[in-house]
Amino acid sequence: MKVAYWPGCVSRGFTPELHGSMAKVAPLLDLELVELDRAACCGAGVIAEHNQELADTLNARTFALAQQTDGELMMNICSTCQGAQSECQERLDANTEYREHVNSTLASEGLRYERGLTNKNFLWLLVEEIGLDTLRSKVKRPLTNLRVGPFYGCYIVRPADRLGVDAEHPRDRYLHMVIEALGGTVIDYAGVYKCCGFPIVTMNKHASLTMAGRHLGDAIDAEADCLVVPCPLCHLNLDLQQPAAQKVVARELGMPVLHLPQLVGLALGLEPKELGMSKHVVRPTAVIDWTTSVVAGTAA
Amino acid sequence: MPDYTLRIRRYNPEVGEAAYWEDHTVEMKSHSSVLEAILEVKAKQDGSIGIRCSCRAAICGSCGVRINGKPGLACNTHLQVAAARGAEGEPITVEPMGNMPVIRDLIVDMDAVHWKKIRRVVPWLINKEPIPEREYIVPHENMVDVTQSMACIQCGACVSDCLSMEVDPGFIGPAALAKAYRFVGDPRDAEQYERLKDLAEDEHGMYDCTHCFNCIDACPKGVAPMSQIMRLRRIAGTDHKIEDRNNGHRHEQAFVKNIKRNGLLHEADLLPDSYGGKLHPRAAPELIESMPVAMKAMARGKMTPGKVLLHPHKAPAEVKQIFKTIEGRPKREELNLYVSGYENAEERGDLAHVPHADDPTPLNPPEPPTAAASAPPAEPEGGDSI
Repeated sequence: MKVAYWPGCVSRGFTPELHGSMAKVAPLLDLELVELDRAACCGAGVIAEHNQELADTLNARTFALAQQTDGELMMNICSTCQGAQSECQERLDANTEYREHVNSTLASEGLRYERGLTNKNFLWLLVEEIGLDTLRSKVKRPLTNLRVGPFYGCYIVRPADRLGVDAEHPRDRYLHMVIEALGGTVIDYAGVYKCCGFPIVTMNKHASLTMAGRHLGDAIDAEADCLVVPCPLCHLNLDLQQPAAQKVVARELGMPVLHLPQLVGLALGLEPKELGMSKHVVRPTAVIDWTTSVVAGTAA
Repeated sequence: MPDYTLRIRRYNPEVGEAAYWEDHTVEMKSHSSVLEAILEVKAKQDGSIGIRCSCRAAICGSCGVRINGKPGLACNTHLQVAAARGAEGEPITVEPMGNMPVIRDLIVDMDAVHWKKIRRVVPWLINKEPIPEREYIVPHENMVDVTQSMACIQCGACVSDCLSMEVDPGFIGPAALAKAYRFVGDPRDAEQYERLKDLAEDEHGMYDCTHCFNCIDACPKGVAPMSQIMRLRRIAGTDHKIEDRNNGHRHEQAFVKNIKRNGLLHEADLLPDSYGGKLHPRAAPELIESMPVAMKAMARGKMTPGKVLLHPHKAPAEVKQIFKTIEGRPKREELNLYVSGYENAEERGDLAHVPHADDPTPLNPPEPPTAAASAPPAEPEGGDSI
């Protein structure tokens, strides 16, 4: 399957292991990624709170670039991009006059957004396009006995109607379903659907890191080996900021946090190092130890 | 009629025992409400259960509770819908709302949190002078816009699940900020700037919202408090250039500048720029505090000195042109879907507001009242009288 691929900013900035691991995993899933390398930041909700038309136009441009490719749909690997882009797309799709107005700004570049683009996060694509059965059939190293805590964050599940969470598409259960399909054990804990705190880290650092620290602590109490996130911004607060969060909540943490393509890659037989796990601030020792024990087990 | 088991959270501070769960099974119609089931249990099994309720029609806002983990009104949540939220065959859990102290069982102390915060935002109209001899004439779309926040019935469901309040009880919170917008967005109010300035001075003000969208999903009346908070920020920051105590506006400015220049976010610049730039005295303590994190990230190869100091990407000329065109407009434009409605409302399959045939579909937001616009609009045609 060929997709117009939007990696976002942070996956090419402070979490390069996300973009890198996606590139490694894609061929194993028969995914061809046509990267939208001329597109701009989605605005992460911040540009929209500055000037809504500006955010809508930047994203309409990204959508138009995606529609120029021969990809079947657009795929992103960042929940924040998904949420911010879905919000802009809702307005663009809801009102022809407004869409034409935005398109008039894009006209000088020869671009035009046509209503009805399909834009899916890698998580949704895994379940809805590739399918859990196909995914299961590709597993080389089942995540047996690996206790994985899903961390959905906000932008990919709320608001439920805009993000298309319904009985037919239980997108708020997809991480659970993927972990199980890969052979892992799902760990439910209090923070599964909570906010990582990242959006307010420069405004109210204490509140922000308290959020991150509490969710990590709750996952430790539930005896998770690691967390998995579909959003690099969550990864920044949960992994990069974990040493600082540790001080704020006054308890030792040390919880590894994996990007979704890394978790999938592990199960598809890739090694932690080629998935960029050495780039994490919190070393995913529990995960790496688990990998070596499984490999040893398989070899024997 | 099917049987439904309610698992009710019980707590009586006078007894001095810890809170506990108690199961009650009742035979009810599947379209009966959770409130009806609670009242049935109360009438026939245990009269001591504490629940606050009045209208039973989603108007009074008294019966806010958490049902299978989600906040809402007990009176407008059908039993079958509530049951579908949990695992099959499992009881429906009913517990008091969060972020507020429990008085007894399902009753929380709204005065201690919710009403205190509502009072904090001066929840009444401050008339513009001179008061017209007859009514104020207000553009129709302005009134539709504030109608969304006027729909609030003060049930506290959004407060219950606000994730910022969960870690920072001082945060003004979604209900009060939505109420603040109800007056900030009202062209008859004389103190738009003062209201926003006041919220900006509060260290737990509008920039403490973390964009979690919980309040939007929690609200039983479609108020979308977070959307109102974003409107407050746009009017305060972009229209009035109000600097806030929490660095929210500066962060937003730094972010926009960053994308305008780089096309993609260049994280290494964002932090210092959010505090006024690398050389600003305000930035120094923040940068020093961030050093251990930055060093660790470098050590792990997450970032390299080159990536931090240089600019690996540049915005294409076309992106810069978009910024220039839109920021150069004489007036900020935005589409309010609550006012305009959805052309595709049917395929959305929800209760999105469908506009009347004669409703305008304005590209522009309701005019933020400025000093120059303080006189009532001259043209009464097409306006609504209040």
